[in-house]
Amino acid sequence: MRHTRIAIVAVAVCTALAGVSACGGSGGGSSAASGTYTFWDPYPQFDGSSPWAKLVAACGRQAGVTVKRTAFDTTDLGNKALLAAQQGNPPDIMLVDNPVVSTLVQAGVLNKMSDVDVSTTSIEPNIIGAGTLDGSAYGVPIGANTLALYYNKKVLDAAHVDPSSITDWASLTAALQKVKASGGKGITFSAINTEEGSFQFLPWFWGAKGDLTKLDDAGGQAALSLWKGWVAKGLAPNDVLSNTQTTSWQEFATGRYAFGENGTWQLANAQKAGFPFGVISIPAEHGGQAPAPTGGEFVTVPVQKDSSRYPTSAKIVDCLTDDGNLLSTDTTLSYIAPTLAVQNQQVAKNPALKPWVTAVGSARGRTSNGLGTRYPVISEQLWNAVQAALSGGKSPQAALAAAQKAAQDHKS
Amino acid sequence: MTTAHADGLERPPAVTGATRQEPPARGAVRPGRRRARSRGSRQAAAWGFLLPVVAYLGVFYAYPLYRNVDLSVRHYTVRSFVQGGAPFSGWANFRQVVHDPAFATAMRNTVVFTLVSIVFQYALGLALAVFFNHRFRLAPTLRALFLIPWLLPLIVSASTWSWMLNSESGVVNYAFHLVGIGRVDWLTSPHWALVSVIVANIWIGIPFNLVILYSGLQNIPAELYEAAALDGANSWQQFRRITFPLLRPVSAITLLLGLIYTLKVFDLIWIMTKGGPGDSSTTLATWSYRLGFGNLLPEFGPGAAVGNILILIALVFGLFYIRVQRRQAA
Repeated sequence: MRHTRIAIVAVAVCTALAGVSACGGSGGGSSAASGTYTFWDPYPQFDGSSPWAKLVAACGRQAGVTVKRTAFDTTDLGNKALLAAQQGNPPDIMLVDNPVVSTLVQAGVLNKMSDVDVSTTSIEPNIIGAGTLDGSAYGVPIGANTLALYYNKKVLDAAHVDPSSITDWASLTAALQKVKASGGKGITFSAINTEEGSFQFLPWFWGAKGDLTKLDDAGGQAALSLWKGWVAKGLAPNDVLSNTQTTSWQEFATGRYAFGENGTWQLANAQKAGFPFGVISIPAEHGGQAPAPTGGEFVTVPVQKDSSRYPTSAKIVDCLTDDGNLLSTDTTLSYIAPTLAVQNQQVAKNPALKPWVTAVGSARGRTSNGLGTRYPVISEQLWNAVQAALSGGKSPQAALAAAQKAAQDHKS
Repeated sequence: MTTAHADGLERPPAVTGATRQEPPARGAVRPGRRRARSRGSRQAAAWGFLLPVVAYLGVFYAYPLYRNVDLSVRHYTVRSFVQGGAPFSGWANFRQVVHDPAFATAMRNTVVFTLVSIVFQYALGLALAVFFNHRFRLAPTLRALFLIPWLLPLIVSASTWSWMLNSESGVVNYAFHLVGIGRVDWLTSPHWALVSVIVANIWIGIPFNLVILYSGLQNIPAELYEAAALDGANSWQQFRRITFPLLRPVSAITLLLGLIYTLKVFDLIWIMTKGGPGDSSTTLATWSYRLGFGNLLPEFGPGAAVGNILILIALVFGLFYIRVQRRQAA
């Protein structure tokens, strides 16, 4: 008899435990009255009093409606959007990370910008590329960011390395060796097994003329061998395997690393880091600038049952992406504007942005060039290959060959 | 229904007679009819009481389970997930999952993770329970301290473990360095990642075992120990001959619940290694999540198929437990 009581207690305890660890968030619905438009974005760091939230509200007022804004975690937003679309209540306007756009288009969730009368002609083609499928744009980029190499002047000076001498992989590796010999630490980046890992690997992959549809060709192998060599020789720490871009930044911010591969969005933090820093673009294998992937969000207009809502949604999108508002938004987000005119204004205001504007200028969308929804599949295999090679499980060649095979065999 | 209920059960007979002013002759028939009516209304009342539970089970258990099975037997793309009309594909998702090279790894890791975790959790939990069963000063305080891993949110304990085990700046490697042992890449080496998540999981699971086994120990009569002591049994013999056998039913439920709980551990592994590097710490639970939500193009069908395989495994052990319990009761 007593045992059953214990059993009941145990079951109750177990359920409670499972319940705590498996609590999901609940999404905001959009069964809104005609005067209220729903708006989702991946900026939970901005609360109601932030300039961004105020801008969103102001654009709603300008269009004569109230905007109800809900902020989600970036990785969560794509899934939330698919679920909301399945339930038939997607938001009126949604800001999504650029590689998600092609997945949502595949799902039939998004309207073409031309169908809702939003003009995209002023946007730089390489930035809008990630949101363009079969020649039609499905969103307007709110801004763009990309990757470059931050360097710590103190560490480089101690090792007698001149950052301007770094023009290709050989000179970069030589610099890392000098830093290590002088007692400093080399370079930190993120090679984690998520999209962030692929994002960070792509500049090197593309810098060796790698091709995402042929992961295991010579270019891919060269890039992966470079990273593997750095980790094996201690020029890069072993924990790059578990580093997100944020933890990688924290390592660089300790002041002991010579280089950190990171994004435009860390610029404000770099100024607070407490040591002199500089930025160089990521070099390609044999010199010149490697194309880095574009990051940043797109403003999209999901498909609604009631198409009479589109004109107002379009007004709000136009307001959010007009030149004046882009300038203030991209300054807050520490992004580079998607239009040439606003880029020039940004550089005029803050000359430190110059290398970033150049980097964005030669950046590429991950889903561009017709890859679309094949990119997520390829990217997953790519980060698996990076992990397998860096952790010592496989040679770069074997890891990439396995990745290429898996990406090809994938059916969906 | 409620009125019938009130009629049959609540109203005293005297009042019924008075209000209806029935002729006395009909009174003879009444008891039989009343019994029939009250049986019917009692049944209705029973269903009424059952309804909330049935509705709850339906909404929160049966329907999600049905959806999961449905997801796993259809070929879903993101398009058909949103627009509907995913074609029935039978066992295709299961076949795809089972033939995936990751399946064998995930299965092996799940078995190792679960078995090693519960063996150590149980052994250490039992040892601590026996220890705390000897009443001594501060015993309740110390016992309460041992519950801390349980009270901490998993995100906190898992993040703390991953900081401690960080290969560059973790405190564990620092301690190793001090005693002259070389660096171990706990979370980033394919040989150590699974070990690391198992160690963290054992730490988290000990309090559960401790609490249940301790309460089981309370139910063993002290006289038995006194008698054994008079017979000259030493403490190891007392443990072997009294504590362990009498604790068997409690042990069984502890192990079974531990097994089911450990089979589905997801958050700990996801926070510490994300199943990596490569597949080296991937279990069925993390693999299922990775298929369904891990990249930008979700694969709901195969993800649900892996989830169902996991449920089946848990079910097998549940049935096994019920059989063992029946045999014990008989």
